[in-house]
Amino acid sequence: MSTTWLAVLGTAAGCYGLKLLGLSVPAGLLDRPAVRRFAALAPIALLAALTALQTFGGAPHGLTVDARAAGLAVAGIAAWRRAPFLVVVLAAVVATAAIRAVS
Amino acid sequence: MTALQPGHPAVEHVEETHRATIAPGTLPSLPGRSDRAVVRDALAVGLAVGVSGIAFGVTGTAAHLTVWQICALSLFVFTGASQFALVGSLAAGAAPFAAIAGALFLGVRNGFYGMRLGERLQLPRWARPFAAQAVIDETAAVALVQPDRRSARLGFTVTGVSLYLVWNATTFAGAVGADALGDTSRYGLDVAGPAVFLALLAPRLREGGEERAVALLGALLALVAVPFLPAGLPVLLALAAVPAVALARSARTRATAPAKNSQAEEQTR
Repeated sequence: MSTTWLAVLGTAAGCYGLKLLGLSVPAGLLDRPAVRRFAALAPIALLAALTALQTFGGAPHGLTVDARAAGLAVAGIAAWRRAPFLVVVLAAVVATAAIRAVS
Repeated sequence: MTALQPGHPAVEHVEETHRATIAPGTLPSLPGRSDRAVVRDALAVGLAVGVSGIAFGVTGTAAHLTVWQICALSLFVFTGASQFALVGSLAAGAAPFAAIAGALFLGVRNGFYGMRLGERLQLPRWARPFAAQAVIDETAAVALVQPDRRSARLGFTVTGVSLYLVWNATTFAGAVGADALGDTSRYGLDVAGPAVFLALLAPRLREGGEERAVALLGALLALVAVPFLPAGLPVLLALAAVPAVALARSARTRATAPAKNSQAEEQTR
């Protein structure tokens, strides 16, 4: 077996295990108010971080501001004005593609 | 079950009322959302995010993986950030163990989503191994904004199944057609991911101060950490925003509480 297949299967097993582990945590563990509050807010922190990283992430270990930032700003305005979900995403994609086409 | 079916006059009436008060496509945390509204939002997420599988297929080909390896990643790993991280580190010449470690760091957050979803969905034991594969950013975001268990389960299932099908089909298309497409960033597809996350976050950010503070601080912590930490860790560092905001809030209430007490004393005098 090639090392690439080893990496593919190892990642698949590990990622599935993490998902199943989280889903199988007994509900009683979440009964304390502090834990409950943390579990409620954790996804918000993670999603916000992913949004920022995928917008400003550059080469490994770098940050960069490019057409993606403008695209995300357009998406932000659309989301704030309660535009439908697909409109928000399409606006960002079109704005980013347009800026790259003219620059 | 005696639930009203779509098409029933009462259901139509509820939907009309909702249409009048809620912009279509938004994900408000209001009670009594119709199944149709939940399915529509879930499908929108599944399709919009699913098509970025093209970008993954193309990236995998550029990293010299075979079509089978690329498709196996989308079928069995099925969490985009980890897939991109693995392919990126393999392309950069990382050892398999290091590449797996980076991908798993990114996968840890799915464990947190799972904890929250397990409580919210209350799935029967036999369904958990199947549902587990669908525990990702998008299904968590759609399911957790629903007002009740029924809508949460529906949103989770429809998002999960539609995203899985589209993501795998477009991964294959991207891997096979990589040469014809050229540079996918030309089409702005690389901004679809963050735009989706932002659209999913928007209703939570409207909720109020604590949610907004956690999101802002989380994003800031992750960005500051990028140059210093290995891939996957900056995302997890964002979790520190939750206790930080809670501490700041309790410190502020403690600071304002004595002032209120002295005011109350003055009034009673």
